[in-house]
Amino acid sequence: MFTVLDMAQPDKLEEAFEILAKRKNNTILGGCAFLKMSKKRIGTGIDLSRLNLDYIREDNGFIAIGAMATLRDLETNALSRDAFGGILSQSVRNIIGVQFRNGVTVGASVYSRYGFSDLLTALLVLDTEVELYNGGRMPLQDFLQKPYEKDILVQLRIEKSQRSAAFSSFRKSASDFAVLNVAVSSLDHQWTIAVGARPGRAVIAETASRALSQGHLSAEELEAAAKIAADELSFGTNTRGTAGYRKALCQVLVKRGIMEVLQCKSN
Amino acid sequence: MQIELIVNDKSVTWDIEKDEFLADTLRAHGFLSVKKACDTSCCGLCTVWMDGKPVLSCSILSMRAHGKKITTIEGVAQAAEEFAHILTAEGAEQCGFCSPGFIMNVLAMKNELDNPTEDEIIHYLTGNLCRCTGYMGQLRAVKTYLGVA
Repeated sequence: MFTVLDMAQPDKLEEAFEILAKRKNNTILGGCAFLKMSKKRIGTGIDLSRLNLDYIREDNGFIAIGAMATLRDLETNALSRDAFGGILSQSVRNIIGVQFRNGVTVGASVYSRYGFSDLLTALLVLDTEVELYNGGRMPLQDFLQKPYEKDILVQLRIEKSQRSAAFSSFRKSASDFAVLNVAVSSLDHQWTIAVGARPGRAVIAETASRALSQGHLSAEELEAAAKIAADELSFGTNTRGTAGYRKALCQVLVKRGIMEVLQCKSN
Repeated sequence: MQIELIVNDKSVTWDIEKDEFLADTLRAHGFLSVKKACDTSCCGLCTVWMDGKPVLSCSILSMRAHGKKITTIEGVAQAAEEFAHILTAEGAEQCGFCSPGFIMNVLAMKNELDNPTEDEIIHYLTGNLCRCTGYMGQLRAVKTYLGVA
């Protein structure tokens, strides 16, 4: 269990960042479900509950998701549920249970960049920007490659478009962490394939995405793109599965994802 | 630090530790229906409602309950008893340790979903583990309680 010496519930983002920057072990608190299992010694825990960041709303052609929106909000909110074939809702609906998702925040899930994250994989195939208090806005892909820096994730912004997308994961039991998860999307013949829980952090399968975008989407090309994705990415072994098992799963889930997106587009 | 909240329709002011979790605070004040088991946010035994939504009280910092309305099974005793009779009639309860959290989530589902399908019921209750009954009796009881086929 983590320990906290002091708590702060700032009313302004400036104040929250000031406290965060003050000491090395000052920490932003998300839903705390994962943090509580750590043995971290926190100086000041900073709770963002008073900053009204628990929104999901439309904002000039973007879906804006505040850092304190919960995974359950993402699952049930009409705006996030109906966009991009429901990929956001689909990606979080099997994470533990309803009660858990009512507590876990989008901001903490993204900022922590967990390897097991289902949400990150789905967000990667959309046009997602991360807005940090100090670091400003940047594409999610860039954010994921940056080293950890002290900052506050304020909101996510996802560009609204006609992008078709699909998410799938393979789990040993309904509410367990995924052995592997895959998201696929397409807009104007440009395809994006992302694979997460490898068990490393979600990444885009760049070569497979490019091959699919340049082809004619024949059955052979679909099969080939799925194989390229499995070959170009690295997989690891943990208690849920071996690297070889994940690689085999990747090929199957990517192919299914592409086929699902094609089906969405034809409907 | 001090928090002011409403617990089962009664306003209270409690002194808490800064890193205290709601399940511990509630139990310290006599709400012993709130069970602690996994302590890793996955069993659902500690389920209470915060502003009407089911949450895991073992993972919610007590300070976040400030200004909120918390409901434990003691606050919905009549509805809980009605469902408990159906649970026992279906043979869906053995040790009973998971029942308070399970019942709180069933009642929350009843408030949130209209005529849920079997798949929707199972999905909503995935976060409640029971190591005695095997779930089929619980599913029968929930369907009877909700009046769905």
